[in-house]
Amino acid sequence: MKHSEHQDPFEKARRETGHSEIDDQNDPVTMVLRHKDVRKCAHAWSTFSSEDKPGRIVVPSEVGIRTDRQIPFEVDPPNHGDYRSLVEPWFKRPLESDYQDKLKAQISQLVDDVSQLDSIEAVNAFSLRLQSRALTLLFNVPYEESEIFVSWGTHVFRSEDDPLDSGKAQALYHYIDDKIAEAEKAPGKDLISMLLSAEFQGRKLTKDEIKGVIILTFAGGRDTVINMVTNTLAYLADNPKALTRLREEPEIHNKAIEELIRYFSPLTHMGRVAKKDTEVCGKPIAEDSRISLCWASANRDEKVFENPNEVVLDRKINPHVSFGFGQHNCLGATHARQIMHILLRVLVEKVEKIEHINQKDHVEHWGEFDRKVGYHSIELKFHPR
Amino acid sequence: MAKITFITSDNESVTLEGQSGSVMELAVSNGVKGIDGDCGGVCSCATCHVHVAENDVAKAGEASEIEADMLELEDNVTEASRLCCQMEISDALDGITLTVAR
Repeated sequence: MKHSEHQDPFEKARRETGHSEIDDQNDPVTMVLRHKDVRKCAHAWSTFSSEDKPGRIVVPSEVGIRTDRQIPFEVDPPNHGDYRSLVEPWFKRPLESDYQDKLKAQISQLVDDVSQLDSIEAVNAFSLRLQSRALTLLFNVPYEESEIFVSWGTHVFRSEDDPLDSGKAQALYHYIDDKIAEAEKAPGKDLISMLLSAEFQGRKLTKDEIKGVIILTFAGGRDTVINMVTNTLAYLADNPKALTRLREEPEIHNKAIEELIRYFSPLTHMGRVAKKDTEVCGKPIAEDSRISLCWASANRDEKVFENPNEVVLDRKINPHVSFGFGQHNCLGATHARQIMHILLRVLVEKVEKIEHINQKDHVEHWGEFDRKVGYHSIELKFHPR
Repeated sequence: MAKITFITSDNESVTLEGQSGSVMELAVSNGVKGIDGDCGGVCSCATCHVHVAENDVAKAGEASEIEADMLELEDNVTEASRLCCQMEISDALDGITLTVAR
């Protein structure tokens, strides 16, 4: 097995039953594994709701570590749509050329810097920095703030060794409270200032609502983007011909990016809470119990994808669900896609090859499944062109 | 080459000429409102949903199974629905009218 491969642990269960039960802090979850069922359940928001106790739709549940509702993530229609249309234009800013120029400058600098070094541990020295710096563009705050974001490590409110570390969450919340207070005193052109002046259903947003949007922005794009970037580097190190091909065929970059996003599925799954007795795949689901929509399994469904376990860089039709599906699809997807576009462009321009030295896989454990989602660490050497 | 007319949700009509690529790409590069093409044309986001005018359905052709499965869960879907990233520009599409679904 190549070191950059991510095997599909769900294949047997997906084929045989289409679901699997896991425990999560005594609040069990039925994982939904088939592409068709995942999309149907994501679409059926009134049966499978995102609006419950804050943190309950996340697996592992964050009920014990936060009380703030993430917005629009943990809200159902119709309020969801009003929140979403309020923030949507802001999260489309990565389509603007000025934003892309700044992102390109950041990523070029980072690639230049690491190319000077003998080797790097890429999760911390590359992906974490890239994500933290790009986040200053998404928030529209000074570049220097990225040093604080870097210091928080790869998950903003989960420790490496303890997924439910409430102390770490508190540090983030205090930071956000301080930033909201600052923006109230001296409004700027950042996301918090925009939210402070915004109108929602004929009123101003409350501070808790603003906090909910900001926490989501920090949490949703953190380990996901970091894993996506690291996994892409590992793939290119393992497949030097792919880097050459991407250099020679820039027209396939879009397809390649969607394919890498499908293959790596940076977020394994996301939960929902049943609002009535129902069933999925013949399995009864009781009111107030949880299911999860397993994006990672759906993305390897052999009924939808030919050669699902291969990276086909120019895969033409690719209905992956890595950014979710339905009204709750990923708010940060435009930012994430832009990071990937610019990363590939900079790598083919500046890097001849990436050399793999060693790695420690990050494997998640979900009941019967062990899923590699990325790396705890990976040592790489960039050879500049 | 094909001339393609888009009608947006505010009833604006715009006719564009395309040489190659997909109808979605033509719409996005000309800023047609309601066609976002978030996924760049791989049939994964459904942000390029259009309704083909009744008389043009034959010209537009049928949706593939994967496209149809995607459309099945879209709001505002009709029998004339297509994801226009899956429509390649060719002479066959000349004169077609598409109403943007959102």
